[in-house]
Amino acid sequence: MSKGTEHLDLDNLDVGTKEKTFLDSTELVLNMGPQHPSTHGVLRVILKLDGEKVLGTECVIGYLHRGVEKIGENRTYAMFNPYVDRMDYVAAVSNGLGYCETVEKLLSVEAPARAQYIRVIMTELCRIASHQVWLGTHALDIGALTPLFYAFRDREEILKIFERYCGARLTTHAFRIGGCIYETYDGFEQDVKKYCTFFLPKLDEYEELLTTNRIWVTRTKNVGILKPEDCIALGVTGPVLRASGVKWDLRKAQPYECYKDLDFEIPTGLNGDTYDRYLVRIAEMRQSVRILQQAVERIPPGPIMAKVPKVIKPPVGEVYHSIEAPKGELGYFIVSDGSTQPYRVRVRPPSFVNLQALDTMVRGMLVADVVAVIGTLDIVLGEVDR
Amino acid sequence: MLDAIKTYLNSTVTPGEAGSQFWALLYIVAITLGISLAVIAMNWLERKILAHMQIRLGPMRVGPHGLMQPFADALKLLIKEDIIPANADKLVFWSAPVVVTMTAFTTFLVVPFGRTHAVTDMNIGVLFMLGISSLGVLGIIMAGWSSNSHYPLMGSLRSSAQMVSYEVAMGLAIVCAVLMTSLQTGTGTLSMIGIVQAQQAQGMWFIFKFFPLGFLAFVVFAIAMIAETNRAPFDLPEAESELVAGFHTEYSGFRWSLFFLAEYAAMLAVSSIAVTLWLGGWLRPFPNLLSGPAWDLAFSLIPGLSFLVMAAGCFLGTMRMPKIVQMRAQAIGLGTFGALLGLLGLVMLAPAVRDRIQDIFWFVAKVAVFMYLYIWYRGTFPRYRFDQLMKVGWKVLLPIGLGVLILTALVGMRHELLAVVVGGTR
Repeated sequence: MSKGTEHLDLDNLDVGTKEKTFLDSTELVLNMGPQHPSTHGVLRVILKLDGEKVLGTECVIGYLHRGVEKIGENRTYAMFNPYVDRMDYVAAVSNGLGYCETVEKLLSVEAPARAQYIRVIMTELCRIASHQVWLGTHALDIGALTPLFYAFRDREEILKIFERYCGARLTTHAFRIGGCIYETYDGFEQDVKKYCTFFLPKLDEYEELLTTNRIWVTRTKNVGILKPEDCIALGVTGPVLRASGVKWDLRKAQPYECYKDLDFEIPTGLNGDTYDRYLVRIAEMRQSVRILQQAVERIPPGPIMAKVPKVIKPPVGEVYHSIEAPKGELGYFIVSDGSTQPYRVRVRPPSFVNLQALDTMVRGMLVADVVAVIGTLDIVLGEVDR
Repeated sequence: MLDAIKTYLNSTVTPGEAGSQFWALLYIVAITLGISLAVIAMNWLERKILAHMQIRLGPMRVGPHGLMQPFADALKLLIKEDIIPANADKLVFWSAPVVVTMTAFTTFLVVPFGRTHAVTDMNIGVLFMLGISSLGVLGIIMAGWSSNSHYPLMGSLRSSAQMVSYEVAMGLAIVCAVLMTSLQTGTGTLSMIGIVQAQQAQGMWFIFKFFPLGFLAFVVFAIAMIAETNRAPFDLPEAESELVAGFHTEYSGFRWSLFFLAEYAAMLAVSSIAVTLWLGGWLRPFPNLLSGPAWDLAFSLIPGLSFLVMAAGCFLGTMRMPKIVQMRAQAIGLGTFGALLGLLGLVMLAPAVRDRIQDIFWFVAKVAVFMYLYIWYRGTFPRYRFDQLMKVGWKVLLPIGLGVLILTALVGMRHELLAVVVGGTR
């Protein structure tokens, strides 16, 4: 990743191939973003093109940098909690869960069983919501206008559950260190169950529009192929990794919360192309519904908050904990110096790491594929820049 | 003056053929205004239909059900600041939208809205239309090049490659239809009116001719014409998610609206070709199945009745509007619009008018079906990639078009061929 615009030497941009092209034509440097309809926010991609062919890319990030990690050093542990919601703002619940669990690990406390189930239900709803946003925007990037509206219509139902649960729709701040602060509202279970039965036919509807659509298949098959070894070398996680055939999901690999009690599968792909990533995410939504259906049946009675002191002062030490966010491994590394504020907070956002794979995926492909690949990586710039 | 009107009303040929310059000019003005109005209507319809496909309402605020929205947009575009980028080639930048609009409108010179309702009847009508509409690509290249910016340049490159390659398949499909005009009567014609008359004489729309050959040629044309007009799923030159706005990225205000106008006029033009060549132009549907004076009368009433139905829809909408003060202006507006439609419908029911108007009605109705399809495609399909688009054009449509052309020729000449074969063996 580049340091900044002024240091960027566009003429000598290292893009690998320097061979003579047809009629000795020069390469075209195209600045895609930060104001561009399909860079999902303020990503700037500098493309070096030979006609329509991409010779190389360079991502310039930082347009949405808000210094979340630095803010963490100046806030108490509890005060920093809402800030993490602003990173991946389409999956705020997952961010909060990751942070709360990390601090809990530092404090050596565990959330009560009921809180764990509430957390799982909320995060799985959030995973579906995040994937719906991905589906809509990805389809829009490839030119299908309509799925966006269908996906957002159905996401609304999830946001309604969030709103009834904690009063916020997007940046929810749903969990607290040690458990949950809100008890479920009357009819929470019914709402979730209703959503599950409502959502599955809608998922079929999305698939009807896209899965066997000839244009969709030709646009996504063999586009942006990522080999499993490349994925591991680049640190790519989440659905992008699983679509390459690597069965790695932190919910199974190092179960947190009550995931070990729940029965679900990890969908994987074969070719690691854009179409497989699409299928994996669709399958993941089905698995999330499965988790929701089980969790909502088994949700136990009991307290929702563990014994956590009013002023959180963790012992000196450091901790790394990661969860499976909708976009991949979301990790928090917190160093405590024994005071009320963290000495250092480091976030490992999945989008930031996955974005590294962009260049590998689009080299030699066409301009239209860059857009498709950015969509399939499912990046959120709030999380990339932090 | 009265004589002029009388000769016009009694005329059975187009003003151009009759040599009446006054009426030809009047037709040109009427068609220009009509196309502009149709583009405005299309703007509103596209937004409404697309919105309803996408579970939205579309424009609702400006006028009843957003009916005045296109006019508000046009006004906004007209009073916008006129911007020419500093590094643009000013003359080319200025003339590109003019070229595009001119070509799009000129094609309508030969479009037969009815037996007598065309500016003129050229004996090379189809060629003229194809030639002029191909010139439109020149304006797009000019726009892309003169903007002196990367996105427009790439958009115009895509556009030119796309239009040129799809024109080949389009031409082959057109040749099939032209061939069909010559097969039974023995006298082929390129005249738009002649082609429709050939369908009338053969008692069959060319889409059904030599089934499935006519149908295949029609399908090839119908796909190629979408690519030709740069619409979804072939809208790569203006692919919003890739090239921002394609060749007209740097354009704004009135110049941009000229591109918009030209795009929709071109859509109407190619749809007119399709209707003329395969769907019997101005001929009413089911001429064989439901023939006889009674059916003729029934079909001639449809134009007026359809307007009355639309008027009834407007009145129903007025009644369903909330009875509050804020909605009064909207209700009155919709009611007036309904009354206008109803009045038009009643006028169209009058015998003198309806005989003269029904050709136009059927033609416009058929074109409207294509327009709806355009919107439907846009709401349904993702976009092709550039190489895939080329592949569809050269590897799928071109061979099919060529095959259909050869087969049409063979099937059309089957008796003669048989005679030769039989004669040869004898």
